[in-house]
Amino acid sequence: MCFTQSFWALLVSGIENGSIYALVALGYTLVYGVLHLINFAHSEVFMSGAFGGLFVVDAVVGGPPSSGLSSAGLIALGTIAGAFFGAVAAFVLERVAYRPLRRRNAPPLAFLISAIGASFFLYNLAGKEFGTNPISVPQIYDEHPWFHLFGAPVLNTYVIIVVVALTMLVALDRVITRTRLGRGIRAVAQDAETASLLGVDIDRVIVTTFVLGGLLGGAGGFLYGMAINVSFNMGFIPGLKAFTAAVLGGIGNVRGAVVGGFLLGIVESLGVSCVSSSWQNTIAFSVLVVVLMFRPTGILGERLGRAA
Amino acid sequence: MTTLSAVARRARWWNHARVRRIGAYVFAGIVVALVTGPGGSEGHYSNGLRHGLLAPRVIPFIVGGLVVWAAVELGGRQLYRVRPLVTTVVSGSQRRWQSPVVRLVSYGLLLVVAIVYPMHISEFWRVVAANEIAIYVLLAIGLNVVIGFAGLLDLGYIAFFAIGAYATAYFTGRLPIHAPFTLNPFLVIPLAIGLALISGVILGFPTLRLRGDYLAIVTLGFGEIVYEFAKNQQGITTGSAGVFNIPHFSIHLLDINYDWGLPSLPYYYVSLGFIVVVMFLFSRLENSRVGRAWTAIREDEVAAAATGVATLKYKLMAFAIGASTSGLAGVLFASKVGSITPDAFTLQYSILVLVLVIFGGMGSIAGVALGAAVLTWLPELLRTHVNPQNRFIYFGMLIIIMMIFRPQGLLPSRRRAREIRFAEAGLEGADALGPTPGSGLTS
Repeated sequence: MCFTQSFWALLVSGIENGSIYALVALGYTLVYGVLHLINFAHSEVFMSGAFGGLFVVDAVVGGPPSSGLSSAGLIALGTIAGAFFGAVAAFVLERVAYRPLRRRNAPPLAFLISAIGASFFLYNLAGKEFGTNPISVPQIYDEHPWFHLFGAPVLNTYVIIVVVALTMLVALDRVITRTRLGRGIRAVAQDAETASLLGVDIDRVIVTTFVLGGLLGGAGGFLYGMAINVSFNMGFIPGLKAFTAAVLGGIGNVRGAVVGGFLLGIVESLGVSCVSSSWQNTIAFSVLVVVLMFRPTGILGERLGRAA
Repeated sequence: MTTLSAVARRARWWNHARVRRIGAYVFAGIVVALVTGPGGSEGHYSNGLRHGLLAPRVIPFIVGGLVVWAAVELGGRQLYRVRPLVTTVVSGSQRRWQSPVVRLVSYGLLLVVAIVYPMHISEFWRVVAANEIAIYVLLAIGLNVVIGFAGLLDLGYIAFFAIGAYATAYFTGRLPIHAPFTLNPFLVIPLAIGLALISGVILGFPTLRLRGDYLAIVTLGFGEIVYEFAKNQQGITTGSAGVFNIPHFSIHLLDINYDWGLPSLPYYYVSLGFIVVVMFLFSRLENSRVGRAWTAIREDEVAAAATGVATLKYKLMAFAIGASTSGLAGVLFASKVGSITPDAFTLQYSILVLVLVIFGGMGSIAGVALGAAVLTWLPELLRTHVNPQNRFIYFGMLIIIMMIFRPQGLLPSRRRAREIRFAEAGLEGADALGPTPGSGLTS
């Protein structure tokens, strides 16, 4: 009964989903690294990015795609717009829902509740402003199989998503490990107090971390919206799965989030072929519970204090 | 040289903290304009933003933000003079509140009002009282055990409500799969409580061994799974079509035959009875050995564990007690309304109950009950002015505002308020979730 569709086709769609989970999971893991906190509103960052990209692409695009080059340009534009709006949402979120509590040194429960409130607010506001029906992104390229992998067609959508996601993931990894900014983030994740004594501006590092997570999450939102559609409640399920991916890889661990994202995408995709597709979310959730039961620190280990 | 230029930069007027806060006030004004503005559910998806944000109606809101800024920043000193007066009055009333006689009399009066007042209201408000206020108060009191007493966050709370409701449908023979026997909804209550309790333990056990914040996300997932199960498994739950004709409560005991029919008032009294019992039990629990264990876990989990408090056991207990209260409310709801659909069990409602707990003051049973009653009643009162659909937006705002300005709630429990104050001073904890975010403690 399993793998009736062909193993390779399932693997390809698993990798495609997985690359989006990885992008979003990084947002959770980065914030967790510096604040030791689950950012519940990250799914709404994802949604904001999708709507931002949708608005920009909709404003620019005229008719059906004219050439491959303009398609590539529009995809890049949408992704950048998505990343920008995701970053703005994450920035505002940090300012409104987190910073006032951080100033007061509030207990963690207050942070979780505040984040849930922000998520609830954004979700319902989006439902009111943009309507509750799913909206499709204008077709900015011709969807067709690009090549075949062991007989399984690989759509160009898949290739685009995976390539864009991988580029961003590698770029983030470089930023974290190679730049001054990344060193600041790692320092705060390791020991915020000492870092601040040594002259790291903690507030700035935290804001940048949120913005980095927002850039990736927003871009992921646009890619997801482009492949499926955009709606006010699109963030919830991918957000939950991305969190699962982050825990699977070891929360707080940047490379772990990437590994966890791809792994979860593949497990979910292959798992669905064994049971009905209405169980897809249940599979991801079961993975979360099983990981928490048997290896709560994740595959690559929960390197708290070492964000990279 | 660099420090001098930095000083000069800081001294510029636009770098003044007071001036920089203008942005926050204008932002708040724009948010209010968006929230109160027209929605965009009809026509093009951008209509909402176009008519709500890029229209002349946003100007008064921005001006309003500026006026509030000016009032607070330039005339704020007067406000600060009023503040000590307010705190004196409030703390005075709090001191009186501590007297057991005053408390008992107040509770008695409230109960009398809760019994007598609904006899004199219209059927519409009786329906509101029985279908919404009573159910949500019960739910909020249950969730208060998890959030207020144990300091954990449960985001799938409504799933246990769904379990209670579907258990009612199952044991009264209204589901496609049939129970071996059919029961009166009254007799389903212990079964539903048991089922919710067991599922709470199964869910809580693997999760609560870890950090408390994982419970939040696992319950979030669990809530979604229960919702999807109810929605997708037509063969078991009838799917999104919903279940109908769930029987009403009835009593057939010796010579007494009474049937709770369609009128809301008898149901309201049954729910009120359960609320009073649950409130009494929970307040006993709060002051028992168990309650002290919860307090110890909240204030310092490591120290509690070191002194022999079985932290996992007590956290699990709180979680399961909350779940079973939710299950009980599910039975009352299913039997009163008579029909259930999966859409009554979405994440929205879990968060709605969370709002009710936060508003009244987590940890304070009376505060939570009153807060829940007020917040459920208010949207119905304002129904003609505000679209009831939009209440969730306002509630989302309310949570953030409460967390920023009054995390202990409107009628806080003294112990809880003190814990939050102490936690903010860096002395001890106020929940079972681990170290304070960004405090530099890596444990």
